[in-house]
Amino acid sequence: MSRTSLDLWVGFFVAIGLVALLFLAMKVGNLSSSMSGETYAIKASFDNIGALKVRSAVKSAGVVVGRVSDIRFNSQSYQADVTMSMDARFKFPRDTFATINTSGLLGEQYIGFEVGGDEEYLAAGDSVKKTQSAVVLEKLISQFMFKQAADSESGK
Amino acid sequence: MLMHSGTAFRRIHLTLREIYFTGVMSLIIILVSGLFVGMVLGLQGYDTLQRYGSSEALGILVALSLVRELGPVVAALLFASRAGSAITAEIGLMKATEQLSAMEMMAVDPLARVVAPRFWGGVISMPLLAALFSAMGIFGGYLVGVQLIGVDEGSFWSQMQASVDFREDIMNGVIKSFVFGAIISWVAVFEGYDAEPTAEGVSGATTRTVVTSSLAILAADFILTAFMFRGA
Repeated sequence: MSRTSLDLWVGFFVAIGLVALLFLAMKVGNLSSSMSGETYAIKASFDNIGALKVRSAVKSAGVVVGRVSDIRFNSQSYQADVTMSMDARFKFPRDTFATINTSGLLGEQYIGFEVGGDEEYLAAGDSVKKTQSAVVLEKLISQFMFKQAADSESGK
Repeated sequence: MLMHSGTAFRRIHLTLREIYFTGVMSLIIILVSGLFVGMVLGLQGYDTLQRYGSSEALGILVALSLVRELGPVVAALLFASRAGSAITAEIGLMKATEQLSAMEMMAVDPLARVVAPRFWGGVISMPLLAALFSAMGIFGGYLVGVQLIGVDEGSFWSQMQASVDFREDIMNGVIKSFVFGAIISWVAVFEGYDAEPTAEGVSGATTRTVVTSSLAILAADFILTAFMFRGA
């Protein structure tokens, strides 16, 4: 085999290898849309974040508008302080309501923003005042069970 | 041996030649088996997931299992038996036919001329092959899952994109395949260089290459996984 065609084959091999890696990065790993633009950070404190993780989505009206960048336990308030990096294109009123939702019955958890009506917008470093914790399925079930038991007691 | 690695890069053509023999020649087996592994994953994954009514998660299942584990590991096992054995046999035969001694007589260091380029060729080829394997496998899973069975195409890709992290999953997969490439090439050149210069010795060394490097890959995979994905 001549030296030129060997070089060509090696170049071809390396090229398609890199293309495969690029395919994985872009199409599978979604590197392209992972917060490429400018962001600003806002905070929120939750009583219970459930299974929320760093890099979980922040959605408003179902559209991803930011990602969770940091989760810390606050030892003063015994709450979870969540920092979110929001896409700079989107602004939210100061009285926006942050809830932790689950996509599907057992799906991933994300922060949902329900937009309020305030004239002023959340700026970098501000925190969302009104939050609602994650729904813990076990609690819900035990509440339901206790209620059932109480009902059947009183019915007797 | 690392001391002689400089030669492998100074005389880059020696290394290129080895990338051709280990990498390019392994393309067919890697691509075809990647496709089939992905297709099997698509079928089996769908079968299990649809019992829980979450067949949309097929994309996540296929992508994560390929990128994290199957891609690097299966590609490495194939690479060990396809290319590692060839390297050992080649070096062993060079030794048996006294080509290596002849080189030493001509004041050519066989470590620099023969061993180092083969080692680096393997190390460079392996991550590329693993990436191709994963990409091909995901394509196979897409073919079976979306085209054949009819999982929704949008949720297949979007769920995959939502849960596969570039640094966490893909880069760790690449690091893994890099380590595996180094293990295979190291074992292969060592066994070849260490082989008894007889026909029996070469065949024994070739067998040992495949067995040792396969076991080493699986053990190293466990260790790397324990470090990379612990608690994540």
